[in-house]
Amino acid sequence: MTSIIEFFNALGKYDFLQSALITAIMVGIMSGIIGSFIILRGMSLMGDAISHAVLPGVAVAYIFGFNILIGASIFGVLAALLIGFVAARSKIKTDTSIGVVFSAFYALGFILISMAESSTNLHHILFGNILAVSDTDIMTTAVVLGIVILFVVIFYKELLVTSFDETYAKTYGLNVQLIHYGLMLVLTLVTVSALQTVGIILVVAMLITPAATAFLWTDKLGTMLISSATVGVIASIAGLYFSYTFNWASGPAIVIVAALLFALSFIFSPKQNFFKLRRSVAR
Amino acid sequence: MLNVKNLTVAYDDTPVFSDVAVQFNAGKITGIIGPNGAGKSTLIKAILNLIKVRQGKIDYNGQPMKSVQKQIAYVEQRKDLDLTFPINVFDLVLTGTYGKLGLFKNPGQREKQASQKALEQVSLTKFAKRQIGNLSGGQLQRVFVARAIVQQAEIIILDEPFVGIDLQSETAIMAILKQWRDENKTIIVIHHDLNKVTKYFDDLVILNHGIVDFGPAKEVYNPTNIGSAFSADLSSVLFQTKEGVQ
Repeated sequence: MTSIIEFFNALGKYDFLQSALITAIMVGIMSGIIGSFIILRGMSLMGDAISHAVLPGVAVAYIFGFNILIGASIFGVLAALLIGFVAARSKIKTDTSIGVVFSAFYALGFILISMAESSTNLHHILFGNILAVSDTDIMTTAVVLGIVILFVVIFYKELLVTSFDETYAKTYGLNVQLIHYGLMLVLTLVTVSALQTVGIILVVAMLITPAATAFLWTDKLGTMLISSATVGVIASIAGLYFSYTFNWASGPAIVIVAALLFALSFIFSPKQNFFKLRRSVAR
Repeated sequence: MLNVKNLTVAYDDTPVFSDVAVQFNAGKITGIIGPNGAGKSTLIKAILNLIKVRQGKIDYNGQPMKSVQKQIAYVEQRKDLDLTFPINVFDLVLTGTYGKLGLFKNPGQREKQASQKALEQVSLTKFAKRQIGNLSGGQLQRVFVARAIVQQAEIIILDEPFVGIDLQSETAIMAILKQWRDENKTIIVIHHDLNKVTKYFDDLVILNHGIVDFGPAKEVYNPTNIGSAFSADLSSVLFQTKEGVQ
């Protein structure tokens, strides 16, 4: 209890902690929203892939000194296109194509970073360093959050119908590829923002875990988006608290809280019906 | 009239069928029958513009299918869908209005009323708020028919709509198909139960890697055609039984 009061006192005192909290909340919201569509489309692996494939973009942006959002977006979309191309033009399945492409991009990212020999701390890219966010980072994250919300509000019905029934959407002439690649672009932007809080390795957890938790509680897409964002925010705030209080790395702290919320939902959500399922298995 | 001319579709280098020519008439319920792998689903996918065709043309009253895409409703096989998706019955039916709304417009009062009315037509009003995974096979199929109703399409294509559903739902769906026929729409149904062919369909297309025959169901549903498309054994069983009952 004392440590919670201390955390809030520190929040009032230290700008860096306030910046961290604001960023964590924004990232929690955006990853919860986009993550919902990722899991509903059965694209968890793709989410993982894109989040890793942006690494060379981050490296190139550092080397040439331009905004990492631009570098990451280019490589994120390039990876999505390449995954689609390889799967469509060969006999191999999409998950295999994802495995080949994203690991290649990830490897390229490591090589570029080591070549750059910049002051960029690879450790921070991989695991996040939320306590070091700058004002520019906050602004960038706010812009990405705005883009995410606009994208989902404007294309809500297209995202719904292509996630649920892509064939039907095609029959009435909707350009489902455009929606897919639009979502991939927004996903790369979210990934870059989440780099600050949880790092590249754990971005996928922020996309998948809050969304999966929300999925266990609701049967309505709108409610799922809001619940998922809420879980993302709770995990971010609680994770930041643990990070500050116990000196844990912020990324793993946030992800562990999210996983705990999922575990509780797994056991107690009426939709999951864990106890009833156990009883029926026991019989 | 929906006109298929000299259509050839192939996956890789293996043709599913070649040179298919067939017409689907307005004001008729047309059944498509044929053995597994005969090309029934491929034919409707070509009509729906979902696959590339190697050669041939498909038009509706002289217009290419691409330009009449919003005039087509498609009731696909339920097994292809994720029934755990967080969507309820009403919202699923409402997706039927999306095509005509286009981008940037959301369903309003008019679209919601149309969806409500469609649910009434398939007697599922009280299930409006239910998640789709909590329906029986027959109820779910009626939901998809309700979505086709709100599409207000001129051509309605159904892929195996009666598989795994109860008799009550089958009867309800047939009543809707007949209503569409009375409104002079073009209805195409892929079907597997040969016993009900002449009862359900006005016209019939018999397919087996090409057209075996097509025309009025009562004429083309005969031992020769069924024997040729399926097997002589099946044909003799079906038609002997039929004569026995008669």
